[in-house]
Amino acid sequence: MINQLSWKVGGQQGEGIESTGEIFSMALSRQGYYLYGYRHFSSRIKGGHTNNKIRVSTTATNSISDDLDILVAFDQETIDLNHHELRPGGVIIGDSKFSPKQPEGCTANLFSVPFTEIATDLGTSLMKNMVAVGASSALLGLKVEAFNSVVEQIFSRKGASVVEKNLQAIEAGMEYFKKEAEGSVGDFQLKEADGKSRMFMIGNDAIALGALAGGARFMPAYPITPASEIMEYLIKKLPEYGGTVIQTEDEIAACTMAIGANYAGVRSLTASAGPGLSLMMEAIGLSGITETPLVIVDTQRGGPSTGLPTKQEQSDIFAMIYGTHGEIPKVVITPSTVEEAFYDAVEAFNIAEEYQVPVILVTDLALSLGKQTVEPLDFSKVNIRRGKLNLEEELPELEKSAYFKRYEVTDDGVSKRVIPGMKNGIHHVTGVEHNEQGKPSESPENRKAQMDKRLRKLQELPKVFPSPVYKDERHEEADLLILGFNSTRGTIQEAIPRLEKDGLKVNHGQVRLLHPFPTDELKAMVDKAKKVVVVENNATGQLTQLTKMNLSRGDIQSILKYDGNPFLPSEIHNQCKELF
Amino acid sequence: MATFKDFRNNVKPNWCPGCGDFSVQAAIQRAAANVGIVPEELAVVSGIGCSGRISGYINSYGFHGIHGRALPIAQGVKMANRDLTVIASGGDGDGFAIGMGHTIHSIRRNIDVTYIVMDNQIYGLTKGQTSPRSEMGFKTKSTPAGSIESALGVMELAISAGAGFVAQSFSSDLKELTSIIEQGINHKGFSLINVFSPCVTFNKINTYDWFKENLTSLSTIEGYDPSNRSQAMNTLMEYNGLVTGLIYQDKEKPSYESLVKGFKEEPLAKQDIALDQGQFDKLLTEFM
Ligand SMILES: Cc1ncc(C[n+]2csc(CCOP(=O)(O)OP(=O)(O)O)c2C)c(N)n1
Ligand code: SF4
Repeated sequence: MINQLSWKVGGQQGEGIESTGEIFSMALSRQGYYLYGYRHFSSRIKGGHTNNKIRVSTTATNSISDDLDILVAFDQETIDLNHHELRPGGVIIGDSKFSPKQPEGCTANLFSVPFTEIATDLGTSLMKNMVAVGASSALLGLKVEAFNSVVEQIFSRKGASVVEKNLQAIEAGMEYFKKEAEGSVGDFQLKEADGKSRMFMIGNDAIALGALAGGARFMPAYPITPASEIMEYLIKKLPEYGGTVIQTEDEIAACTMAIGANYAGVRSLTASAGPGLSLMMEAIGLSGITETPLVIVDTQRGGPSTGLPTKQEQSDIFAMIYGTHGEIPKVVITPSTVEEAFYDAVEAFNIAEEYQVPVILVTDLALSLGKQTVEPLDFSKVNIRRGKLNLEEELPELEKSAYFKRYEVTDDGVSKRVIPGMKNGIHHVTGVEHNEQGKPSESPENRKAQMDKRLRKLQELPKVFPSPVYKDERHEEADLLILGFNSTRGTIQEAIPRLEKDGLKVNHGQVRLLHPFPTDELKAMVDKAKKVVVVENNATGQLTQLTKMNLSRGDIQSILKYDGNPFLPSEIHNQCKELF
Repeated sequence: MATFKDFRNNVKPNWCPGCGDFSVQAAIQRAAANVGIVPEELAVVSGIGCSGRISGYINSYGFHGIHGRALPIAQGVKMANRDLTVIASGGDGDGFAIGMGHTIHSIRRNIDVTYIVMDNQIYGLTKGQTSPRSEMGFKTKSTPAGSIESALGVMELAISAGAGFVAQSFSSDLKELTSIIEQGINHKGFSLINVFSPCVTFNKINTYDWFKENLTSLSTIEGYDPSNRSQAMNTLMEYNGLVTGLIYQDKEKPSYESLVKGFKEEPLAKQDIALDQGQFDKLLTEFM
């Protein structure tokens, strides 16, 4: 019996590869296994190789694995492209329809199972993915009952007989494979899981759910990979809560519409990836100078321009921090797990309103689209804080022809905020430099007072933000400190025990607040380490540069990967080892 | 009841003496009073340009945004609080060049915003370059040899894009302009009002006298029916777009807000945003 394994299904895009992975993993999730998925796909809908790699484990896991135990193939290309990942003794299960062939040098066990034929005999070739799920589940020692609730959920709309047929297809796949493989494969039987039902979701789901729980009720957005799931979830849910999603004509409209709604008192967000973020820059500055709360989600993907639109990258750091012209207070939050993405989404709205600033909530493609097991989220940790927003119907009367001091200079830099409609709250809002009432002013004294006021707002944020750095500090004095952000956390965590085995003392920090930079927090960590290395999915080492600059420490090194794929634990392990 | 004076503030506009925008400001103030709202119920959102300054010159909630983006900001405000009267405003460069995409899509979307364009056929704030409304041959700083691009027929474009309210006016005619703005505010859905608002400093062709000579009031055209879309189109073509009055209105066209599933009469901004434990738990089970 084993504790964990890695399973991959591949074929042509549009051929049900997604649903094969989905059904397989949902069933395992409901048995209490922990899962971590990564989708490889292309920027086209039909055709082109796609695959879904899923890690299954009896304990929490947050990373893809180096190798592969089982490869389910719907075409020869899947075998040719992926067999090198298979560990010795691994298994390939291919549809007999394409007569799967063992590539040269491949030592895996190849089984040909008539997915399509069995499915056709049972009624429709569409069920071939069910047969495939069945065949590979037999290897894991699963029983068809494990699929009852999932199949019921997916197909009950189509009637009881469809549910029944699909379960039969799974069972037929299991039976066929068991006979075929009898005694000829190693141990793929998973130890029983704890049977607890956990959540299984992608980062984008968590952000959308966090936005909803965090009180967002309006989302203007323009579709883009890998952000669209956020708007797609919210368009389903928001109407039940009085709100809505508008698909705008572009990201400039999306961002400025969100600004308009926030100004008028509704928590509003937009979400995009690099190309959209680039278009929003001027508007982000508007949010900054007008002190209008705003939440933007940036799901990083391969850039620049259209770049690698469906691939993993973490190269928007500088764009997010420095992209806007002029100088504004701005917050950049980088959750590193799906669970964090949820709580950080809630927090993004609180911070945006408490400090009256734009907040960019950042993921990368692996975090946005990778499906992970999440422990049930805690409602008691969801709280809504609106800062100095005044929601009363009426304010004290103002002096004749004076405006409400929306931009009153205060010690903490944050001024009282009122929304349109409020009696005695009239004020002007402008992206032009303005005085306390919001009226345009070019006076040097006023400029300085307003600029200082705005920039003062976030000074304390790194101190009050919930764990600006996720820390795994095992050693008072470490040989190595590994730093990363977003989805690399699980992979780094997986590399650390290997490095420790090699005799190195390793600490780990995952930066969760990129801006304002948690300098003090990181300095304490960095000072304890002989060497510091930053692991990041980009070519120029943006987080490395940021860390060097903020900590004034020149010897910080980088491990970079920018070929479109996430790091493997072995890559981090090996490259860290090379530093010594 | 508020009067137009209640919509005045103490800010002195920095427009050139004689600029057409003064009358647009006055017309908005009068129309707001005439439709029976009080200053805090009005939000004026404006773009960047000489004209964009208008939101600062009206005693109401005002949002002076970025160049070309008054419309999406205004739509966000309206979606957040549908009790507000929302006016978007700006220049012809703002709305028909950099912001043209938003103009067309605001028409399609049909959120209840009244959009007032101060059309001076030139860029005022940047000191006299060509605009999408400048006629062929028009000489400006950026077209010293005369414009070689044709002027955009925005009223025709709006009607063909499906606009439910299309009107045009002239800033000298305060009475008609005020009435048109009132009608625009009362129209349930997006309304586009293009106002010929001369730039006395940089446009020496399209002057007050020029407009007086060249504009035809629709009220003088016998049998003109603003609910007749093809007549509206034909008339615009016949007069090369130089008409004033309510050009086209479709009173039946449903506004965006009225079509949004579950969208309540109570403004979104006033609704409770906290979930309860039961709602939250239900949301979680969908991922189990
Ligand atoms: C993104 C951007 N590009 C350019 C400008 C410079 N700019 C300010 S106003 C303006 C055009 C003004 O013309 P119009 O919109 O017709 O307004 P008017 O000044 O004539 O009222 C331009 C190009 C800007 N503010 N922002
Ligand atoms: S430059 Fe032209 S548009 Fe601008 S204020 Fe002067 S007259 Fe008006």
